[in-house]
Amino acid sequence: MIALTVNGQLHQVDVDPDTPLLYVLRNELALNGAKYGCGVGQCGACTVLLDGKPVFSCLVPVAALGNRKVRTLEGLASADGTPGVLSIAFEAEQAAQCGYCIAGMIVRAQALLERNNRPTEDEVRAHLAPNLCRCGTHVRILRAVRRAAEMMGGGVRDVAEGKP
Amino acid sequence: MRGVGRRSLLAHGGLVVAFALSRRAVAQDADIPALPGDLARSPLLDSWIGIDADGQVTVFTGKAELGQGLKTALIQIAAHELAVAPAAIDIVTADTARTPDEGVTAGSHSMQDSGVAILNAAANVRALLVEAAAWRFAIGVDQVEMREGAAWASDGRTVGYGELVAGLSLHVAARPNMPRRETGAKLIGENLARVDIPAKVSGGEAYVQDMRLPGMLHARVVRGPSDGTRLKPADLEAVARMPGVVQVVRHGRFTAIVADDEWRAVKALHRLQAAGWERAGEPLPASDMRAAIRALPARELPIFDYPGPPAPIEAQPVRARYSRPYLMHGSIGPSCAVALWENDSVTVWTHSQGVYPLRKALAELLALSPERVRCVHVEGAGCYGHNGADDVAADAALAARAVPGQPVRLQWMREQEHGWEPLGSAMVVELSASLGADGRILGWQHDLWSNTHSTRPSTAGGLLAGREVDPPFVPPRPRPIPLPEGGATRNSNPIYALPNARGTLHFVEQMPVRVSALRGLGAQMNVFAIESFMDELAEAAGADPVAFRLAHLDDARAREVVELAADRFGWELRGSGTGFAFARYKNLASYCAVAMEVRVDRDTGEIRVPRVVAAVDCGEAVNPDGIRNQIEGGIVQSLSWATREAVAFDTRQRTSFDWSAYPILRFPAVPGRIEVQVIDRPRQPFLGAGEAAQGPAAAALANAVAHALGLRLRDMPLSPERIRAALRPAPPPPRQAAG
Repeated sequence: MIALTVNGQLHQVDVDPDTPLLYVLRNELALNGAKYGCGVGQCGACTVLLDGKPVFSCLVPVAALGNRKVRTLEGLASADGTPGVLSIAFEAEQAAQCGYCIAGMIVRAQALLERNNRPTEDEVRAHLAPNLCRCGTHVRILRAVRRAAEMMGGGVRDVAEGKP
Repeated sequence: MRGVGRRSLLAHGGLVVAFALSRRAVAQDADIPALPGDLARSPLLDSWIGIDADGQVTVFTGKAELGQGLKTALIQIAAHELAVAPAAIDIVTADTARTPDEGVTAGSHSMQDSGVAILNAAANVRALLVEAAAWRFAIGVDQVEMREGAAWASDGRTVGYGELVAGLSLHVAARPNMPRRETGAKLIGENLARVDIPAKVSGGEAYVQDMRLPGMLHARVVRGPSDGTRLKPADLEAVARMPGVVQVVRHGRFTAIVADDEWRAVKALHRLQAAGWERAGEPLPASDMRAAIRALPARELPIFDYPGPPAPIEAQPVRARYSRPYLMHGSIGPSCAVALWENDSVTVWTHSQGVYPLRKALAELLALSPERVRCVHVEGAGCYGHNGADDVAADAALAARAVPGQPVRLQWMREQEHGWEPLGSAMVVELSASLGADGRILGWQHDLWSNTHSTRPSTAGGLLAGREVDPPFVPPRPRPIPLPEGGATRNSNPIYALPNARGTLHFVEQMPVRVSALRGLGAQMNVFAIESFMDELAEAAGADPVAFRLAHLDDARAREVVELAADRFGWELRGSGTGFAFARYKNLASYCAVAMEVRVDRDTGEIRVPRVVAAVDCGEAVNPDGIRNQIEGGIVQSLSWATREAVAFDTRQRTSFDWSAYPILRFPAVPGRIEVQVIDRPRQPFLGAGEAAQGPAAAALANAVAHALGLRLRDMPLSPERIRAALRPAPPPPRQAAG
């Protein structure tokens, strides 16, 4: 049995130690947020927070977690089930098409806004660069992050268009 | 359908059956106009709308939610016509056991096929409810008010739909041209929030990938690294003994691993892959597949021929050649299906775009009658056309047959999606035209070379597994899709008023690689070529590109879209690096114009897009924000295709096996701003929005880059390498040896 703490709860799972965290979250803990996208850390669909830092859960063997705490999209909601600020902002901006990438987008954006709720637009873009979206929902995702930053008492600063 | 099923609705009789019979008799009258959309295929009202005894309304559509907002738009239409709250409507999408057969969800057809059918079916149902209420209240039909799921008389008497429907049969044919609801709350045209988004932003069960059935096993299919390869024989018995492996399923060359745990199935797959692979078919022609397309034997087929006087000899000829490489759909979530084999029947939960054609193909593959195969659409990641969805459904069904009674979830690995999905066809287009002294186009010749643009399966031979089982099924012979829809030829016939215009398809039947429908089919490339060429002609004529287009454009709606985009962009005061393009999708669907501003770094060749303005006319706009979402997404996706995407090959395999080998656009390259203006045309036919932007976005980019650099790039992608190569000064002529 391997112990891990996910969204504040301690779990014991009976899996091969090399099982990536992603598979444990989805299949043992029935959490849908993190998605299998590439398995090699190139798309960000599986992004979760490990002690507050965004990581590709497809690349982390569950046995390598140690005492680090895992937070997923589901863990951003409050105890009474109210969705997290970013989830609310994404819905308000209708920032999804197929939506398969969105959980990873929200989790990665959460890491940024927890650290800095007044980023520049370029900082948001650079921060989200590891995560792919194929539907082209990017402009809405950026608007949703901006809205969430404002809801958190901050905001996203525009910078003058510089040289390319 | 909840509560009262179709069968029990049928059982109700009396007065209502009389209605029903008279309706059907009317509908069969030869003078009655045809039923609109897919009502013509499925004319019975209860194929589309159900109302149970509690008044719960269920809408049935044979189309699928692909993340384009289909469910929401159809709910809006039904709620509007039935005068109920959208939240009071359940929707059931593509399911061979429950919904009408509406073919595939593709080609921006859903609103034209299903939206129109549901609109008219709901109007029919409302009329029946109004008649029943009028009868009950003993008042005229024009004195009945419908709102909030109930009928009201002016004196305050009311009766709910559930009670009214108890005396009605909806198992009757629709009447054509039923009047739309004119009074009360308006829902069509409102930005109703998408019903599928809450689950997607909160970790709800939203995708077939998220399905967890009791006792479910996990499977992986075993294939070589890409289309046209196979794995070398491996020690299957050793793999069968690996921990957690339930079964290694074999049928001819088809191989799948079923395990009690997903990661264990993956580990077994890796072990089989370690045996190495070999090419199964002919070597691939070359790394430059575009050149190969031109070199393969082609059948010449006329596309269009608009007569006119030949251009006079003094007319100025302009010629150019454009190309597009093979492109990938590149779903973010690899294809997945869940299948359950029970009692010699199989149920497959699938993100296929066509559950009925898939059922037919699976029935042939599995040697079952179609009634024993049920395909239920459940959303997957966005597909943008024919990707691995159908193939993985067959893989899962074959795996499930080996473990009856136990559901099997099978998902492709990333490298399998990249390696095996059918690609969007490469294309080469040559255009020539002449300019008169007055700056008008005098002749036009469009030649295009391409493979087919659809190999969507409706037979077992169209599925990867069908070619692997023993005996194998033969893939259907590829064929061109004729206009007006068109395949390679889609949008090859210019919308502009041109005398003496001809188009020829050089149809290349032999497919070096597996291809099929990619969002827009040939339209993206044809519009890229035509709209690039229009700018080249405008330049030769010394005309402004927008004014030049308007001078050749008669269609009033087209002109309005062009003028609106130009106006919102501030075209008159435009700076450098600005481009414009326009098309009407298929020349019969949505109008879309795109104006774009780019900055090109001359040292790196990188393109930045600070600003995009689009104007679109999709007919009556059911959900304008949904249309904007589709157009924004189409622009960004087409920019990704046009600036950085090309599937790479060597002679043995596809080498674009993951996102590092097939990079797509990431956040830093996303346009600074995208503004989409939607022109609403109330009461005009729905024209669809999903594919309208692909062509104009790519062409506007090319035109803006040409404007920025003063030189034209005609081959997609307009990659940094190509831009740097184009800007590199020509090498000096070789010096004569000193004598």
